[in-house]
Amino acid sequence: MNTVALNVAPGMIPANERVFESECLVKSNIPVNNDYRLLVLDAPAEILDCTPGQFFHIQCPVRGGHQPYLRRPMSIYGYFPEKGELQFLYKIAGEGTAALAELVPGESLNVVGPLGQGFDIREDWDNLLLLARGVGLATLAPLALEAQRRGKKLTAICSARSPQLLMSIDYFRDLGADVMTVTDSEGTSDLAHLRTLIEQLIADQRVDAFYTCGSNRLLKLLQDIGATHDIPGQIALEQQMACGLGMCQCCVRSFRAEGGIVHKRVCKEGPVFELQEAMGW
Amino acid sequence: MVDLSVKIGDLTLKNPIMPASGTFSEDLVNVFDLNLLGALVTKTITRGIRQGNPTPRVCEVSGSMLNSIGIPSKGVGHFIANAVPFYQAYNSPLVVSISGNTVDEFARLCEEVSVPGVAAIEVNISCPNIEEDGKAFAMRPASTLDVMRKLRAATDLPLWAKLTPNTGETSDVARAAEEGGADALVVANTMLSMSIDIHSRKPRLGNLMGGLSGPSLKPIALRMAYQCAKAVDIPVIGCGGISTTDDVLEYLIAGASAVQVGTATFIHPTAMVRMIAELEDYLNAQNIASVRDLIGSVRDEEAADTVVFMEAAP
Repeated sequence: MNTVALNVAPGMIPANERVFESECLVKSNIPVNNDYRLLVLDAPAEILDCTPGQFFHIQCPVRGGHQPYLRRPMSIYGYFPEKGELQFLYKIAGEGTAALAELVPGESLNVVGPLGQGFDIREDWDNLLLLARGVGLATLAPLALEAQRRGKKLTAICSARSPQLLMSIDYFRDLGADVMTVTDSEGTSDLAHLRTLIEQLIADQRVDAFYTCGSNRLLKLLQDIGATHDIPGQIALEQQMACGLGMCQCCVRSFRAEGGIVHKRVCKEGPVFELQEAMGW
Repeated sequence: MVDLSVKIGDLTLKNPIMPASGTFSEDLVNVFDLNLLGALVTKTITRGIRQGNPTPRVCEVSGSMLNSIGIPSKGVGHFIANAVPFYQAYNSPLVVSISGNTVDEFARLCEEVSVPGVAAIEVNISCPNIEEDGKAFAMRPASTLDVMRKLRAATDLPLWAKLTPNTGETSDVARAAEEGGADALVVANTMLSMSIDIHSRKPRLGNLMGGLSGPSLKPIALRMAYQCAKAVDIPVIGCGGISTTDDVLEYLIAGASAVQVGTATFIHPTAMVRMIAELEDYLNAQNIASVRDLIGSVRDEEAADTVVFMEAAP
């Protein structure tokens, strides 16, 4: 492992805002089901001072006909300073992730991070509801771990096309979460059913805040329910990026603000935003 | 101990490596010490507030990228109140990049950013996105001379004119910028380009067309830097596709007095810092006392001037 550690002057940068460019060795890179793979990296301690919801900017390898040029932003699936591990859960979606899938243990991968603003768990939020679909669950996994560490009660509603594609269910259960699953193949993932499930949880006083990511449908559902029941929430958003550091202004999205619509950078002001300021896509 | 310092007009830079406008911001303080850089070049600002172009604002093409960000700007007031004081904590000279839609607006902004703390003004007379069909001042010698004269009259600070590769009249435009009062030329901006997704048949940039940057641009921008260095007596700052220390050396040998590194920072945020260290190592290994000894050392004496000044068809 080789981290470019340069003097950041003039001594004004808090440790948890430092960004590192690091070469990490691949420990494992295996499929977890037909769609998704888990990449585990041997990472130096200084890059593992992360917040759930943050991401790394990954330089996917050039090989096998794959020639990714720009880095690919990838949300952190797990960070474990005690064992020096950084984990990503990903789906092969294009040239970059196809190249990533070919990495074998012992190879090196260049990552930049940790980047962005992660999830906030406020002290007075005791009951957290996590709702995500497919790989969106990966982004919420470190949040679930942090919530458990802080003694919060967790409910996770996991959505997927089919039961075989449900991921991280055991991970969430092991953290003490009450896990509910909904799938397209069982006909349980429609919005009407989800609304019924969530409103029952609210009636049972089990929701102080929502956390979600990745799905426009789920965003709109939670915004609607959140506005009706006055429940706050946060969402992790995605956008195509170039620099990942805030310089290039490539990854802007529109957000609701007092006085109108504003642009914010997903890489810098995000990727986690307040649920009600986010706009559907 | 080798000497990495270079002179751009009256301004002395501790080394010849600086960021290209648009690929640098305050955000990099989290990554490395900005005092390591030869100069700090800001993203282009405009007088008024601009939202920028629709997304997607960037796409990759083989080994390079296209962008059409559209110069989102919080305006000159915000810049002077926030960015200028921020950079006072650093001793590398601050170079402010500005642009305008009209000559008068451009000149007014040039005057407004001539404040203490600003060491030089880079006038982006070349951004291919800003005007209809990518038209820009620096595409033609006449419009270059016109805008540079008005900008020159608006400030006493050093003026660096950033040229465009979207011209068939490189040497004439360079001479026009010099005649108009430029203290240095930055050669060059991105090249107007396009990419289409064959599956959706949609252009891959929200703005349809955008600027090519990265290694694919390097031979073109290097050729232009060489032509400009031959054509004018003011310093040329090379810019375009630099991603390794060898690229830096190539520009210096071609005649550039300094270089700007852009897209490479997106791939490796610490790229410039590595290049500075490697440049020093190179000079030591080669027993070259000063980086200035490299500038314009290209061995082209056997080539005819007609070749040197050959232009692409406009």
